[in-house]
Amino acid sequence: MKNIDARNHVQGKSIYLDDIPEINGTLYAVPFDAPVGHARIVKMDFTKAMNMPGIARIITAADIPGENQIGGIIPDEPLFAEGEIHFWGHPIGIILGTSEYACRKAREVIEIEYEALPVITCPREAQKQNHLIAPPRTFVLGDTSEHWAECDYVLEGKADVNGQEHLYIETQGAYARPKEDGCIWVASSTQGPTAVQKAIRKVLNLPMHKIEVDTVRLGGGFGGKEDQATAWAVMAALAAHVVQKPVKLSLHRMDDMRMTGKRHPYSADYKIGLNKDLKILCYEATFYQNAGAAADLSTSVLERTLFHCTNAYFIPNVKATAYSCKTNLPPNTAFRGFGGPQGMFVIEAAITKVAEQIGVTADQIQKANLVRNGDVFSYGQVIDKSEAHNSWNACVNTYNLEKIQAEIRAFNQSNYRFKKGVAVQPICFGISFTNTMMNHARALVHIYQDGSVVVSTGAVEMGQGVNTKLAQVAAITLGIPASWIRLESTNTLRVANTSPTAASAGADLNGKALQIACQNLMDRMMPVAQALLNTEANLQIKDGVVHKDNEATELTWQQLVLQSFMRRISLSEQAHYSTPVIQYDKTKEKGHPFAYHVYGTAILVVTVDCLRGTYVFDEVNIVHDLGKTLNADIDNGQIEGALVQGIGWMTLEEILFNDKGKLLTHALSTYKIPDIYSVPLQINIQHLDTPGHDLAILKSKAVGEPPLMYGLGAYFAIRNAVKAFNPNHDPNIDAPYTPEKVLMDLYSKRKA
Amino acid sequence: MCFLSIFAFSGQALIPETNIVFLELNKMKITFILNDQVIQTEQSGAGTLLDFIRYEANLRGTKIGCREGDCGACTVLSGTLQQGKIFYQSLTSCLTPLANAHGKHIVTVEGFNLPGLNKVQEAMVECSGTQCGFCTPGFVVSLGGYALQDTHPSQDCAISAIDGNICRCTGYKSIERAACIVQDSLEQQDSARPLDWLVEHHFIPAWFRDIPQRLEALNIPETAFPKTSGRLFVGGGTDLYVQKPDALPDLPINYIFGKLSKAPIESIGNTIHIQGGATATDLMNAPVFLEAFPRWYEYFKLVSSTPIRNIGTVAGNLVNASPIGDITAMLLALNARILLQQENGEERILPLRQFYKAYKTLDKAAGEWIAEVHVDLQKDTNTLFHFEKVCKRTYLDIASVNTAISLKTKGNLLLEAHVSAGGVAPVPLYLDKTSRYLEGKTIQTEMVLEAIEVLQSEIHPISDARGSAAYKRTLARQLFMGHFLTLFPETIQMEALV
Repeated sequence: MKNIDARNHVQGKSIYLDDIPEINGTLYAVPFDAPVGHARIVKMDFTKAMNMPGIARIITAADIPGENQIGGIIPDEPLFAEGEIHFWGHPIGIILGTSEYACRKAREVIEIEYEALPVITCPREAQKQNHLIAPPRTFVLGDTSEHWAECDYVLEGKADVNGQEHLYIETQGAYARPKEDGCIWVASSTQGPTAVQKAIRKVLNLPMHKIEVDTVRLGGGFGGKEDQATAWAVMAALAAHVVQKPVKLSLHRMDDMRMTGKRHPYSADYKIGLNKDLKILCYEATFYQNAGAAADLSTSVLERTLFHCTNAYFIPNVKATAYSCKTNLPPNTAFRGFGGPQGMFVIEAAITKVAEQIGVTADQIQKANLVRNGDVFSYGQVIDKSEAHNSWNACVNTYNLEKIQAEIRAFNQSNYRFKKGVAVQPICFGISFTNTMMNHARALVHIYQDGSVVVSTGAVEMGQGVNTKLAQVAAITLGIPASWIRLESTNTLRVANTSPTAASAGADLNGKALQIACQNLMDRMMPVAQALLNTEANLQIKDGVVHKDNEATELTWQQLVLQSFMRRISLSEQAHYSTPVIQYDKTKEKGHPFAYHVYGTAILVVTVDCLRGTYVFDEVNIVHDLGKTLNADIDNGQIEGALVQGIGWMTLEEILFNDKGKLLTHALSTYKIPDIYSVPLQINIQHLDTPGHDLAILKSKAVGEPPLMYGLGAYFAIRNAVKAFNPNHDPNIDAPYTPEKVLMDLYSKRKA
Repeated sequence: MCFLSIFAFSGQALIPETNIVFLELNKMKITFILNDQVIQTEQSGAGTLLDFIRYEANLRGTKIGCREGDCGACTVLSGTLQQGKIFYQSLTSCLTPLANAHGKHIVTVEGFNLPGLNKVQEAMVECSGTQCGFCTPGFVVSLGGYALQDTHPSQDCAISAIDGNICRCTGYKSIERAACIVQDSLEQQDSARPLDWLVEHHFIPAWFRDIPQRLEALNIPETAFPKTSGRLFVGGGTDLYVQKPDALPDLPINYIFGKLSKAPIESIGNTIHIQGGATATDLMNAPVFLEAFPRWYEYFKLVSSTPIRNIGTVAGNLVNASPIGDITAMLLALNARILLQQENGEERILPLRQFYKAYKTLDKAAGEWIAEVHVDLQKDTNTLFHFEKVCKRTYLDIASVNTAISLKTKGNLLLEAHVSAGGVAPVPLYLDKTSRYLEGKTIQTEMVLEAIEVLQSEIHPISDARGSAAYKRTLARQLFMGHFLTLFPETIQMEALV
């Protein structure tokens, strides 16, 4: 089944935040910020700005009726900077006017004086100065200190991995309108409508029942609108509340890139030890997470780095410590993978380097250490239903890794200018919010008297196809065509207290709740069907017709619905689902945090042009564990899209700040995401034949984040090609591998 | 994209004198057809076509992604009437002044809608080429624009049509598959009656057939609006609308895009005359260059993207004076001359390499503009040309370093040499010492290595977002080698160079 939004998308008929028709009298809001990384505000003068044509008002912290605070996990983030600026791009207030153009012109003449304060952009420096968001966390399994002596190979090293700009094509935005009785309606391009509602509650000092947050769809999210959509929605709501007029705030791209956080950059130290059979016995890692100027979701991101710091490998002795370091950068935030990819990058770097030291290929070490049922992760979860070996074997056999490696060796021997590299990238990613209390959801279903159905859940559609999957769940459970079901917007008045749509868990959590709601409706209506058909036999509904013993009866869905209504049976149902089994004890750093894991393996092949330092990915071959896919079109799209996003992160996408904290890659002209020519020439995807998992919706496993981590292999494939040209050089591990770094590594110490 | 632009800014001092003219101008009506409706507006011509489409015409299918021509979410088509026939090109509406729509047929995604899906839309749905959908209208318009071209030679050409569209969700493979379906179907097109075929095969609504007559009936002289003595020349707007969009409505603008009095590119004797207002697309497709230099088309594929090349002009690239202008680098190596004109009719000719004085400083008087660019190309001599460019992303990106070379050879001897490089100095650099060094030399490895030493002595790269100074030096060396490896593969081998 195709994405239910696709027809409207291709015709330009889908409505995004900035497409909502403006109500007469709407004012436009443009934020203004500080062009300094860290400073005290000495003086602000808005006189000139207020005298510009079309300017209605300037709103700052002084206008806030409640608390100037939007921090979700830790209350350390003011909505508007007050007294002190903590990062370049820190919003100080918003200008309201009759057009965005008028507001931008006024912004040019706002006068603010600053007194500069020292700027820290490096997480290691922040850690040294004890600038931490929260105390460090350490995961321990076994005891590394006792087992180093048993290792035949030990290697210590450092690995750096940069951040990533989300670059959702739709920028952040919100539209707020006052309603009667002090209530407020807010359309927000957010992954977390409840988070927006809660933040508005705090800032406006309103009870939550007066705040309606509505989200139709996002033009891309990728985690960037999980927490960071909140500020803009609160600003719009605050302005609408203050001036009692509708207010729209839709960020300009450069404002968005400057003011919002990104994927966390990490710097890490590692130490790895293997025995002569290439079994990893010990692994130690210290992670320095660059959190930026406020906590945002950094502590949770940090936790997932630790959860995934051994990727798909069983290592009996692990000690991993992670610091969330406070710097003067925009607060970094969720991004597809949520810290997991950074943790996995470091172990892959360690394996690659130790393989080079031993003189084997990395895949030999990877394969020797894949998790098996009964193994335990450092956080105490015992592995069952592992597909690590199955996916590895299926991948290397289907695509013939040995042949690929042999061909590359031959190619590299006979070519001087072009060198090829290959990397194998297994993945293992845990599904569930690691914060156990967030793993629940609700769905509301109304069947109308004409038989049409409307569904509301807490899931937000952002292109990942969750609404399509939810329509399928309802269609399957009710036995009617999906076209009779409409997925409504995500709205806090219809479905309350939602978790954000994140952690790849949207379809599982909301789908399970929807399944229960639909089943409850069926349980109420089927006795009516039995009565109408005068039978006690088990009945089913298929294609909108009641069936008995697999034979269609004369009773249609529409008749059954109407008859049930006539018998005063409720045709509405609200259901709740919470993931069983999962638990986690942070005091012990042990538990069973994940409902299940998603596995897969990819082989990536790259060709490097050793004259220019540029590269092209020839092919990426994937075997991925989807369980029993509910929608292959959508799941394949997620795999391809995530892979390319992961490759982009490892190759072209380079975020640069100067030492004053100014973002240098501030626009699409300086920050490059993959275009149609920079994606692999071939992407081959096979689904691993697995039974799926009961905790996955209809046994169809979560797919949003895991395939992004296939992209990690891009880094190591390029490294292998570079080393084929320049074997004497041992390049630093420092992602992304931009053409600049490739060229410098190709020619560094070459003739030594 | 800042490297293709028209920015012949003639000096602040002239602005106050022309303000009154400017105000009158704004009262003139811009007239065009938007999809199937005639538009007449008194809006400022300096606003963007994008804002007009979204917020005046209320067609919200065209999206705002970046407002700098780098994402393609705002792509629309512009149809120009020529001898009763209409020619469509894609462009980024975020960089297009509303005035440039005057006299055109502008097509947005809504203009492609039929009662059902059109062929492009159907292919996109069938291949799951849309996820969040925000970039999708841009892809649909670009592919629709491809369908409206005269020829549809290959899948690669279909893909080229969407080279200016960025998608963050799909990874492009599904969109590629959709483009291939579109291509397959266009290969069946009846070339005798292309528009009818497109209507019959559900690519476009039937009203497209009436547009040429309707445009003609509107009787809009192409150069009528805006007749102005505004001193800020705006062509395609591809740099000005990135750098200072909010300042433009306050400035006296002379909209010159598409108002060519001569053919954009023509040969007169041994000299090729390129009009200042010729677009990068004009240059890319110029037969005289395509015939002379076998890789000409590929070089231009490295320059920005299709919708930007369609509006970015040659003079704009030159006067923008960006140290990494691609076309500038090519024309420097072709030893081009520029014809500078003034309003009083005075003209002078200047070698392009003498045009750049310092960072963004030109040998150009306040009232002067680049009317033409002249390139000598003798067909009987053996002239070789090559262009190299490396950036973070191979396509749709700004160079870290670019370089071009033209050589006249006789046997193994270099008779004449012109080498340029961008990204290595405050100005687009003509490598005078390197060029002079090469002349009279025999083509061999040692000569290339020595020339590199000369080259290194006359470049002064700095570190910035496009790379460190050390990287740019290394890259300049490598790309210079690239010239010789490409042009003389029999004589020069990479093994011998590095």
